[in-house]
Amino acid sequence: MSEINFSELNAGDAIPELVTPNVSRSQLALFAGASGDHNPIHLDDEEAKKGGLPGVIVHGMLSMALLGRVLTNWVPQHQLRGWNARFVSMAFPGDTITCKGVITETTIENDENRVKLDISVENQKGDNILVGTADIAII
Amino acid sequence: MADADYIGKEYPSFSVDVEKGRVKMFANAICEENPIYSDEEAAKNAGYKGIPVPPTFPFTITMEAGQSFNILEDMGIDVTTAMHGEQGFTYYDHIYAGDTVTGSQKITDIYEKKGGALQFIEAVIELRNQNDVHVCDLRSVIVVRRQVAEG
Repeated sequence: MSEINFSELNAGDAIPELVTPNVSRSQLALFAGASGDHNPIHLDDEEAKKGGLPGVIVHGMLSMALLGRVLTNWVPQHQLRGWNARFVSMAFPGDTITCKGVITETTIENDENRVKLDISVENQKGDNILVGTADIAII
Repeated sequence: MADADYIGKEYPSFSVDVEKGRVKMFANAICEENPIYSDEEAAKNAGYKGIPVPPTFPFTITMEAGQSFNILEDMGIDVTTAMHGEQGFTYYDHIYAGDTVTGSQKITDIYEKKGGALQFIEAVIELRNQNDVHVCDLRSVIVVRRQVAEG
């Protein structure tokens, strides 16, 4: 996995995508328990509707956790220096969530080879759910 | 207290034990199949001192300690009007299953958009492990939808 050669990386290169088909309600229940986010808008349609939503929505932090996997599938986690994401729209049960990363810059920082990426989570219609950036060391 | 007066406010520190079973459950819930997140041997073979927590797990640590919600409560904001707008992580070292992590949250900025209809609250949490090693910073933005008086 760490056989990435820094000199061969260029702005515009895409890293391998991660596709999670058909996010299920049971996965939302599992994530609620594991993450500690028991907000009923992720579990109960009636409660979600009371909050003005069409039905239960996927936890933003579940989408972000999947986005984290696209990074740690590419490089070992200890090379991840930092990242952030903006929650731009909602994902719903049944959605197919695709996580992507594209290199925007290769640079040297703190004597380390670093790559900066634009990262995103999209649904099956190509709408952005999350957009952000990541800073990864290539060592 | 005016909202702007909350900028710079620091909340009481918290401490959370990172349980191995919880980390494994979290990895399972995000369909993470890499054995380093559940098997100590596999983690050690990959060069980690123990089972590392997945990249977004630090947020779960802070939720466990009631962070973010404590700001809303303190500022008298109805949670149903608040959304998670942005989340960032900066890593300095690993957090491992079995660690005890302490942190404290500070409000770093509060600003409005759309004529006050949206309020943004930025907060930073610095996490340290049981050896006082700075392991991770979290930056969160909470967006609050507000009623704006006419005229």
